[in-house]
Amino acid sequence: MAYSEKVIEHAENPRNVGTLDKDDPNVGTGLVGAPACGDVMRLQIKVNDDGVIEDAKFKTFGCGSAIASSSLATEWIKGKSVEDAEKIKNVDIVNELNLPPVKIHCSVLAEDAIKSAIADFRKKREARKAAK
Amino acid sequence: MSVKLPIFMDNHSTTPVDPRVLEEMLPFFGDKFGNAASRSHSFGWVAEEAVEYGRERIAKLIGAQSEKEIVFTSGATESDNLALKGVAEFYKDKGNHIVTCVTEHKAILDTCKRLEKDGFQVTYLGVDKTGRVDPDDVKRAITDKTILVSIMLANNEIGTVHPIEEIGKITREKGVLFHTDAVQGVGKVDFDVQKMNVDLASISAHKMYGPKGVGALFVRRSKPRVRLVAQMDGGGHERGMRSGTLNVPGIVGFGKACEILLREGKEESAKLVVLRERLRKRIMDKLEEVYINGSIEHRLPGNLNLSFNFVEGEGMMMAIKDVAVSSGSACTSASLEPSYVLRALGVGDELAHSSIRFGLGRFNTPEEVDYVADLVIQKVGQLRDMSPLWEMHKEGIDLKSVQWAAH
Repeated sequence: MAYSEKVIEHAENPRNVGTLDKDDPNVGTGLVGAPACGDVMRLQIKVNDDGVIEDAKFKTFGCGSAIASSSLATEWIKGKSVEDAEKIKNVDIVNELNLPPVKIHCSVLAEDAIKSAIADFRKKREARKAAK
Repeated sequence: MSVKLPIFMDNHSTTPVDPRVLEEMLPFFGDKFGNAASRSHSFGWVAEEAVEYGRERIAKLIGAQSEKEIVFTSGATESDNLALKGVAEFYKDKGNHIVTCVTEHKAILDTCKRLEKDGFQVTYLGVDKTGRVDPDDVKRAITDKTILVSIMLANNEIGTVHPIEEIGKITREKGVLFHTDAVQGVGKVDFDVQKMNVDLASISAHKMYGPKGVGALFVRRSKPRVRLVAQMDGGGHERGMRSGTLNVPGIVGFGKACEILLREGKEESAKLVVLRERLRKRIMDKLEEVYINGSIEHRLPGNLNLSFNFVEGEGMMMAIKDVAVSSGSACTSASLEPSYVLRALGVGDELAHSSIRFGLGRFNTPEEVDYVADLVIQKVGQLRDMSPLWEMHKEGIDLKSVQWAAH
C-alpha cells in the first residue's frame, strides 16, 4: 500500500522524539499498545501551572503510520491546554494523515496515548494535592 | 561506489525477466503469434514447436524423464490447486487423507482447507525451530487412507529447504503420491524429480527470471503413472489435464529461463551465498539483538530473514524505502496477524513483527549489498532511538514482565 505524503514526511522527520523525566511531578506518561501487536506508543506531556502543555515527547515502536500518528499528536498538543488536548479525536488524525482503513488503529492508539498521558498527569496532581 | 536506486532485494516475490529470456520471447508477440493447438497451418506448427522446445528445457532442469510430464498452467497457484484437487478427486475411492505442513504457501494450505470442506482429512505437520519437517513425522502421519503428501522444496519466507529426498523415499516405500511446491528452490538448490522420487511438482517462471503468468505442473508418467482430474473444462489441452490456449510467448520465456539455470544455476547459487553472507555479517557485526530466522545450513542461497528486535518491520521498510524487501510484520498483511510461518517456528510475536526478508537474486551486486547493509545499520539505530521498547531494554526492564494493554 502506498503511504500518503504526510505520513512519509512525519515518519522521515518525526517531531518531538524523546523522553521527559517520568518522575517530574509536572510530567504525565502514557504507554499504550503491546509489542506482540506490533505497536507500542509512549507519549509524555509536561504541563505548566496554567494547565498548558508546554512540552510533549514520544517514542514509538510501530509502522510508519504509527510513528506519524504519534509525531502529529505531540505537535498538536504542544501549547494546548490539557482540556483542549483531550478533545483530539482519532478521526482528526486519520483525516490529517489520510490514513487508509487498515491503519485506523494507529490513530486510535495515538488518541489513547494522549488520554493516558493526561490521566497519568492528573493522577499525579491529585496525589500531590492529597499530600499537601 | 554509487548504486542505482531503488534496489530490488525481494527476489522471492518475483524476479526481473532476464534480457536473454525477453529476447527469445519477442518474436512470439510478433510474427509468430500462432495458436499451438492449430494443427492445420504453419502458424500453429511454429507455435507448437516452440512450446515443445520449452517443455523439453523445463523437463531437463527438473530431471523429468519425458517432456510429456510437463503440464503448463498459469502459475504455481494453479499448479498447486491442480495437483491437490486433481489427485484428491481421482483417488478419492482409494483414500481421503492428505499430509502437508504448517509452513506451506497459502496456495497449498487454502486448497487443503477447501478439500477438508469436501470431506478430505488433512494432517498439517509441524516444523522444528529452523522450519524443517522431520521425515519421521511424515512416515508416522501416513495411514492406509493417505493418498498424497505435499511438502514444499523451500520456504518462501525463511528460505528453509526441506529434506525432499528423504521424504520421497518414504512416500515411494509406502506407495503414496508425493507433491512438492518447488517454486522457490528449482534451479537454486539440488532438485531432481527422479532422484528424489517426486511424483508432482509445481514450478513458476517468474520466480526464475522468466515472465509472469506461466507455470507448470510436473506429473509423473511412469512408476507410478499419476492420474488427476482436470479442474477446468474446455478444449482438452495438455493431454486433458489443463484446458486453455497455451501462453506461447510465456512458455518460450519459461523454457529459456530454465535453460539458463541449467547452465548457470550452480555458479549463481554459489555467488548468492557469498552475497548473502556478506550482508548477514556486515549487519550482525554492527548491530546487537538481531536474530536469523530459519535454518543456516539448509537454506536458499539468496534468502536472509532477520528479526531486528525492538524495531517494527513495516516501520523499518518505510525507513529503507529505496530498498525493496518484505516483512513478516502484521502491518504488511490485511489480516493484522504476523507471519504464520515465523509463528510455526516458535518465533515470538514481537520478533515476528520485527522481521525483514532480504531476497537476493541474479542481478544484485556486492556494492548493493554493502549499501543496503549500511543503510539498515543506520536506520535500525535511528528507529531504536525512537523505540520505547529499546529504551526499556537498555534500562534493564524485562519487556515480558510488563503488563501490556493488548488492543
